[in-house]
Amino acid sequence: MAAYVVRRVLVAIVMLFVMAFTVFALFFATPGDPALTSCGKYCTPEKLEGVRQMLGYDKPTTYQYAEFVKGVFVGRDYPVNDAYREALIANGNERLIIHCDAPCLGYSQRQASTVNELIGDAAPATFSLSVAAFALWIVVGITLGIIAAVNKGKWLDRILVGLTLVVYALPVFFIGNFFLQYVSIKWQLFPYPRYAPITDGIGPWFIGLVLPAITLALFFMAAYVRFTRAFVLEAMSEDYIRTARAKGLPSRQVLVKHGLRAALTPLVTMAGLDFAVLLAGAVITESVFNYQGLGLLAVRANQDQDLPVLIGLVLVAGTAVIVANIIVDILYAYIDPRVRLRK
Amino acid sequence: MSDTLLEVKDLEMHFPLKSRGIITRTVGAVKAVDGVSFSIGKGQAMGLVGESGCGKSTTGRLVTRLYKPTAGSIKFEGQEIANANERQLRPLRRDIQMIFQDPYTSLNPRQTVGEIIGAPLEIHKLVPRQGRLKRVQELLEIVGLNPEHYSRYPHEFSGGQRQRIGIARALTLQPKLLVADEPVSALDVSIQAQVINLLQDLQKEFDIAFLFIAHDLAIVRHFCPEISVMYLGKIVETAPREELYTNPQHPYSKALLSASPDIAQAVTGGRRERIRLTGDVPSPVNPPSGCHFRTRCWKAQDVCATTEPPLQPIVGGATGAVACHFPE
Amino acid sequence: MTTRPFLSVENLSVQFPTPDGLVKATSGLSYSLERGKTLGIVGESGSGKSVSSSALLGLHRTSNALVSGEIWFDGTELLGLPENDMRQLRGNNVAMIFQDPLSAMHPYYTVGDQIAEAYRAHNEVTKKEARVRTIEMLSRVGIPQPDRRVDDYPHQFSGGMRQRAMIAMALINDPALLIADEPTTALDVTVQAQILDLLQDLQREFDTAIILITHDLGVIAEVADDVLVMYAGRAVEYGTTKQLLTRPAMPYTRGLIDSVPNVNDPLDRKLHPIPGNPPSLLNPHTGCPFFPRCEFSHLVPDNKCDTELPELVAISPGHLKRCHLPDASVLYGSANDYTPVTAIAERTGTR
Repeated sequence: MAAYVVRRVLVAIVMLFVMAFTVFALFFATPGDPALTSCGKYCTPEKLEGVRQMLGYDKPTTYQYAEFVKGVFVGRDYPVNDAYREALIANGNERLIIHCDAPCLGYSQRQASTVNELIGDAAPATFSLSVAAFALWIVVGITLGIIAAVNKGKWLDRILVGLTLVVYALPVFFIGNFFLQYVSIKWQLFPYPRYAPITDGIGPWFIGLVLPAITLALFFMAAYVRFTRAFVLEAMSEDYIRTARAKGLPSRQVLVKHGLRAALTPLVTMAGLDFAVLLAGAVITESVFNYQGLGLLAVRANQDQDLPVLIGLVLVAGTAVIVANIIVDILYAYIDPRVRLRK
Repeated sequence: MSDTLLEVKDLEMHFPLKSRGIITRTVGAVKAVDGVSFSIGKGQAMGLVGESGCGKSTTGRLVTRLYKPTAGSIKFEGQEIANANERQLRPLRRDIQMIFQDPYTSLNPRQTVGEIIGAPLEIHKLVPRQGRLKRVQELLEIVGLNPEHYSRYPHEFSGGQRQRIGIARALTLQPKLLVADEPVSALDVSIQAQVINLLQDLQKEFDIAFLFIAHDLAIVRHFCPEISVMYLGKIVETAPREELYTNPQHPYSKALLSASPDIAQAVTGGRRERIRLTGDVPSPVNPPSGCHFRTRCWKAQDVCATTEPPLQPIVGGATGAVACHFPE
Repeated sequence: MTTRPFLSVENLSVQFPTPDGLVKATSGLSYSLERGKTLGIVGESGSGKSVSSSALLGLHRTSNALVSGEIWFDGTELLGLPENDMRQLRGNNVAMIFQDPLSAMHPYYTVGDQIAEAYRAHNEVTKKEARVRTIEMLSRVGIPQPDRRVDDYPHQFSGGMRQRAMIAMALINDPALLIADEPTTALDVTVQAQILDLLQDLQREFDTAIILITHDLGVIAEVADDVLVMYAGRAVEYGTTKQLLTRPAMPYTRGLIDSVPNVNDPLDRKLHPIPGNPPSLLNPHTGCPFFPRCEFSHLVPDNKCDTELPELVAISPGHLKRCHLPDASVLYGSANDYTPVTAIAERTGTR
């Protein structure tokens, strides 16, 4: 088992490097001058050149990549150009030098902040939202899926499956706006959802999360009801269920201990990856509720063509998925002995 | 013999085993076929018998070159094919064909029966398109199916009928050698006899040689005048059927025969004293040293662990060969 | 006072409503069995042998099957039994082993865990006590190093060992009736011999009644005391093994014997297959279900085989047949070109 884990981690690290390089290459292969977009509205040729040197865009791409990777490990200073920095120190303007600690993901000229800070500010909102939505759809979706499977063919099953279809069909912005405009504002059933960091207290944090979390979770919930139902039905049609019944086990034990455990494996795989994808930011939900999370950050960076931020976001999202992948693989090996014990 | 159609010598198929450490390395091999030699004459039927893991199916696939052997020689009509490449093998595929075990999974469910049977004609461009349908219908009739059913799909037929379709497909190119890998094991008992009789009739009518692979001793005996018994990748005994079944020389052959149930039992009443083999078949990854059978053999002595017994002609006039230090 | 046999199946019918129609898996099935004896049920696909035996355990209660008739087990009628009482019998007084031991066991739990589960479902014992008993059973069925193998997973066992473990699981509560559904079909012949020997040893020790379902007449010949031949969901012949295999009274039985080669046959014996295909259970033939394939129906006057379902009648004590043929001796006399079954037996008997 240990060898299995070590191997997966090593593979993951290699994947991260490859991903980072690919992202980098893709962004720098795009047409358009990256310095131009970071320059802002009132851009003069001198300012443009200044930006270039500040961010190191005047150097060859491979050099930039190498510096970037170095920055991830040991941190970087901006302006990148050594001459500029020395000039600033000589002028007594040392405080204008921006120190970006490891892992440094870049610097956004547009927002005058390191990417790390930007992401760091936006992440808690996205993280809270993701965790809340995840917990909601896992608990409700899987439970309803099991109920549907156990009542297969009966009215309850048909209603549940029909409902999932309806929920699938409703776009996220519709649900979000419905909650916002009607549930919260018009009918006053809920206070206006606003992100409150957990440091402000659990209560406000929780209340501010409810409606956005439900919005985000509904779609996944529908999917998970269907998938759980399918997996449970499949597990319950296996031969070992017949054996369990023939042994005289009570039907609850047959369902839970034998059936659900088998249905768990594919669910774990799905859940892990879905959660990881969420961490990149739920753009629409965050927009509707004005949650300042990674999703909104990405939208703004995209509108501004703010390259460093985009690169940083892609790396964070990619890392989340790769890490989730490993965790899921390890969990899988733990659940299914055939994976970890080959004769 | 110039009448030899297929000659196999010291054939080996070792599947590499990868370790599951941090870096995967090849740490050993599954010696599925470990030095097998036999020959089949024109129109002759030879049986290959053994239990699971003995390598008989792998041997069949080696003969049809579905696998490439890791060592050894396969000569078909005098021509060496063990290391031939795809291009060289192509004309041979007309002469050597295979019938598979499971009629439910060996036919493409998305093709009609006519397409399945006619495919070899198309690939080898032997018959112009207009003539293909006629040939397909001819073949359907030969195997006892309605020639009008060429446009039906496999799922519309029963298991026995599907197996006949597989046989028809194998016959399309008029092969000289048919490798039948457990052709009736997946069929109902009453249908097995139909298919066996069909194969026997086909053999006689078209003078086809057979390599008949099975685990059921009774069926093999019925079909093949010459039989080889395999154990863990090696042939332990080869004999004409009369002698193998009345006077088996190798302890494993005796044990196999002794374990096969027999209807005549019921009449003699009670149960025969049976040779009880203990334990399971050892793993082909790490077979016992010397004679592979020694761990379950009641005759095993020291020499059995140190020296591997070669396949040698049986002493005392009987034809056939046995690989044992202490044959009967 | 007539006492019922230990197990008495009376007029059992199992039907499945499907979108294509009503599938009559078993109709009007009746047989009996005493403790310490083995009943072999022979049939091919579609004969209803597995379905009828699953009904003994009440395994159809969770499906939409329509089950009727009576099953008397040690004085209790099973089909009318409330589910909770039935559950207490399952795995306890009546146990079942299945064909493929790999798919019949849960891949995620150890073999020991699954066997102990069967024990703890019916006995108030601690985990430790259950484990001790499990190891005891594993040893009893001939698994070497049982104290280590008890913590292995099913995929770590070989085929023969897995089936032994299944037998241990079935017998751990000393059931009075064991139903073995094709227990050796997926096994090698030498392993099959070991398993059959094991079943007989255990039967002798615990006086278990065994129902052995198989399509292999050779296995029947070796192990069964009585035989029930099923075709298209009905019993078509019933008697002792010796009676059926030497003097078959029904063409299907005769056909089965004729189409199976034996290791001790005379070399010139031709296999005489049963013509045609196995029957459909959706629209069974209205007369005798075997009629479309029967080579003796012309010996029955008035075309009765086509129109009238024969009743199950006794031709000698304990030997029942469902056939219109007035004289069954035509099936084993020398009036046709088959090699008579008795001749084979005599020849091998003097060997």
